[in-house]
Amino acid sequence: MNTRRVRSWLWISPDERNKPVPWQVVCLNWALAFFLLALVCFFSFAQLRYNWNWVTVAAYSNFFWRGWWNTLKISVLALVLSTFIGLLAALARNSGLLVLRALSRLYVELVRGTPLLVQISFAFYVVADAFRFQDRFAVGILTLSLFSGAFISEIIRGGIESIGASQLESARAIGLTRWQTYRYVIFPQAIRVILPALAGMFANLIKDSSLLSVISIEEFTWNAQQVSALTYSNFECYIPLAIGYLVLTLPITLWTRWLEKRTRYET
Amino acid sequence: MRLRATNLCKSFGRQVVLKDVRLDLDQVHTLAFIGPSGGGKSTLLRIIAGLENPDKGTLSLDDREIVFNEKALMAHRRTVGTVFQAFNLFPHLTALQNITLPLEKVHHHSPVEARQVAETILERFGLSEHGHKTPAQLSGGQRQRVAIARAISIKPKLLLFDEPTSALDPEMTAEVLEVIEELRAEGRDLVLVTHQMGFAHRVADQIALLSCGQIIEWGPPKQVLDHPQSETARQFLAKILKY
Repeated sequence: MNTRRVRSWLWISPDERNKPVPWQVVCLNWALAFFLLALVCFFSFAQLRYNWNWVTVAAYSNFFWRGWWNTLKISVLALVLSTFIGLLAALARNSGLLVLRALSRLYVELVRGTPLLVQISFAFYVVADAFRFQDRFAVGILTLSLFSGAFISEIIRGGIESIGASQLESARAIGLTRWQTYRYVIFPQAIRVILPALAGMFANLIKDSSLLSVISIEEFTWNAQQVSALTYSNFECYIPLAIGYLVLTLPITLWTRWLEKRTRYET
Repeated sequence: MRLRATNLCKSFGRQVVLKDVRLDLDQVHTLAFIGPSGGGKSTLLRIIAGLENPDKGTLSLDDREIVFNEKALMAHRRTVGTVFQAFNLFPHLTALQNITLPLEKVHHHSPVEARQVAETILERFGLSEHGHKTPAQLSGGQRQRVAIARAISIKPKLLLFDEPTSALDPEMTAEVLEVIEELRAEGRDLVLVTHQMGFAHRVADQIALLSCGQIIEWGPPKQVLDHPQSETARQFLAKILKY
């Protein structure tokens, strides 16, 4: 086998950057990447003196299922709610009502600048308590949504501002109302700019939901911790935990990748 | 059209763009604004288009005074067609969709009707095979022609052009100017800001020369371009005709 051939499987010279890579080569390199990763994992775990105890942990599998299902529910609800909040906060930034602008700004800066852990405790033990509101689940979703909403509002605002002034001028000239301009000109274009950042944010939201365990919401992480405590095992709980979150976050990334492709147009 | 302006003033911050512009034109079909850059011609056109509010003064079109509040201006903008120098079209829509959008959403045509209107106009401009393309896939001249098609599709009472060929190379400039000349021949009322003196001479029946925020001269092309009265006008024309 000549070396040039082997090199062409692994390496694209700068002159060939514009050519499509054959699928066989792509597959080969993916396999290689997985192999390298596996090597590191294998090496690390081989060093570890640890008594694996999968059987005991497996007996508690319903804990994992229940927790995963709750995390899924929390994530979906928070995802929808946070997008809605983020959109409102972004629109409030350009509101005619000046107090709304100030409120939106205040909200974004406060929420982005403080730890979620503090927000969750504060929302549950102080605010919810003051209003005699005891539903942990609802408080958890609301806090998580408010937290993500602040980031999402900044992402959306960036998307809206990416639309050039000349287009807004055109929209005005043809007589579109403000709302129509958002609906038919700004949003369809902004979504393309927003999507990649939004996907990252949604994946973060799902992982951040694990912090709700501190107010004893029975989500995925909380359940894994219970099993860990009951069975005196660590990694047997954390590995399924990692996989469980990956199963939730990976589809989001793939879905937005697909959406990005669909909304693509030349500029 | 009949166009009257009295004491129009406009400043952006400290910069005075229009000061006491007066204009009184009757039975004019094609009005061209010419003059040095920064002279205020675009701002005047934008005020006529309902895109800018003057600080002071009045403007009336066909004996109806334009009311400068957002609601009235919105209604006014819907009765005129404005074409800018560039970037008129929305990049995420095809040429056809760019035309049907205002027809459907602003002028309440049904989607079928809007499509028919758009297709007819595109065909007229020889753009039929480009209807499905997005602006990025069109040449600069084609983009401007689609923009003009969009402007006339709503049957405006007045068409406004703000330097419609300034961003184009000579060949494309010609194709756009031809369209504008055709529209004039149809008897449509046009107001245009242009640097193309030859074109202004040919199509305009009135020319107004703006400099330093004021109309220095106005009248038929022969008078303004061939026999300018004021020193400023003579200097301006001498400078641009030199090259």
